[in-house]
Amino acid sequence: MKVKDILVNGIVRENPTFRLVLGMCPTLAVTTAAINGVAMGAAVIFVLAASNLVISLLRNFIPDKVRIPAFVVIIAAFVTIVGMLMEAFVPELFEALGLFIPLIVVNCIILARAESFASKNNPFYSLIDGIGMGLGFTIALTILGAIRELLGAGSIFGMPVFGQGFEPAVIMILPPGAFITLGTLLALLNKLDEKRQKQARQA
Amino acid sequence: MDYLGKIFIILLSSILINNFILSRFLGICPFLGVSQKISTAVGMGAAVTFVMALASVITYLAHYFLLEPLGMEYMQTLAFILIIAALVQFVEMVIQKTSPSLYQALGVYLPLITTNCAVLGVAILNINEKYDLFQTLINGIGGALGFTLAIVLFAGIRERLETADIPEPFKGFPIAMITAGLMSVAFLGFQGLIK
Repeated sequence: MKVKDILVNGIVRENPTFRLVLGMCPTLAVTTAAINGVAMGAAVIFVLAASNLVISLLRNFIPDKVRIPAFVVIIAAFVTIVGMLMEAFVPELFEALGLFIPLIVVNCIILARAESFASKNNPFYSLIDGIGMGLGFTIALTILGAIRELLGAGSIFGMPVFGQGFEPAVIMILPPGAFITLGTLLALLNKLDEKRQKQARQA
Repeated sequence: MDYLGKIFIILLSSILINNFILSRFLGICPFLGVSQKISTAVGMGAAVTFVMALASVITYLAHYFLLEPLGMEYMQTLAFILIIAALVQFVEMVIQKTSPSLYQALGVYLPLITTNCAVLGVAILNINEKYDLFQTLINGIGGALGFTLAIVLFAGIRERLETADIPEPFKGFPIAMITAGLMSVAFLGFQGLIK
């Protein structure tokens, strides 16, 4: 039961993008297409799950005073691994994500989970938390990427959706589109929340 | 193109055309986090400018004189983040000892800079673009000035938004995002400056 709770927490209740609004840089930068969102998400799931696991295993050995530098070194090691793997097996995606692969190191979500979850819980739960949070991040990025790709290029995952007559709004895949799409999505979620709370109060 | 012209183009493009926040999406966290008031935004901008200029130069030296001769370029990410973390700590100590008033002004922002992706971002960009030492310095300073420009302008707008009548669901982050989006549209206009 607890496993399911942790997973749901990462994906819905504390969704890193929509609820905690953490790790915005890659969220905004790479979501020009849905596939980039999936790739970035996959890289983050790996780093988050692996670093959570290792940090949790070492949580009783790392002195409290140097824990942040120690966490950063562990995270950086996994980011290097994921960068090398992507460069070797999916070079096009590695190229598309570019700078934002090494920048996973400074993604606030990862350090935040290390500090607030992995350093206090057992390895198994920490692994699950890493996967849950990573999935939440991936889903958010994929939604964002899909909307921007649909409006800005008229396709989803590279497949054209609209007919010949569709005039894509290029601004959606340019930088402003990222801010505007995310802002609108956040507002929409707030609206839904408000509605749900009202219903809960009436019931 | 002569060397000086190239320097000028690097400076111009890092401040305006490829603005770190509005077109490269580096350093969004402090951009959203510490932009409630103009005064704090200026403080953050100053601290970032200082650290980014220093970090650019030191990571450049570390890459070409340490990692490359040893054939350990793959350790770049790990080495750079450690250098930046140490540098921030060091800067904090030096400022605290030498200028208490400056420390008062910048102190709270310094620890936050370690996890500012603009700093690590500019270090990696400098290496990727194969800049020389002086170009690296210019790119670091230019990028940081662009960051400061964007965050101060944004803080100015947000101060006004405080008193504006915003629809309930848009309050907080959503309207901030949309504001940033509109600023980004304005900065898109600089794209035509350089062919």
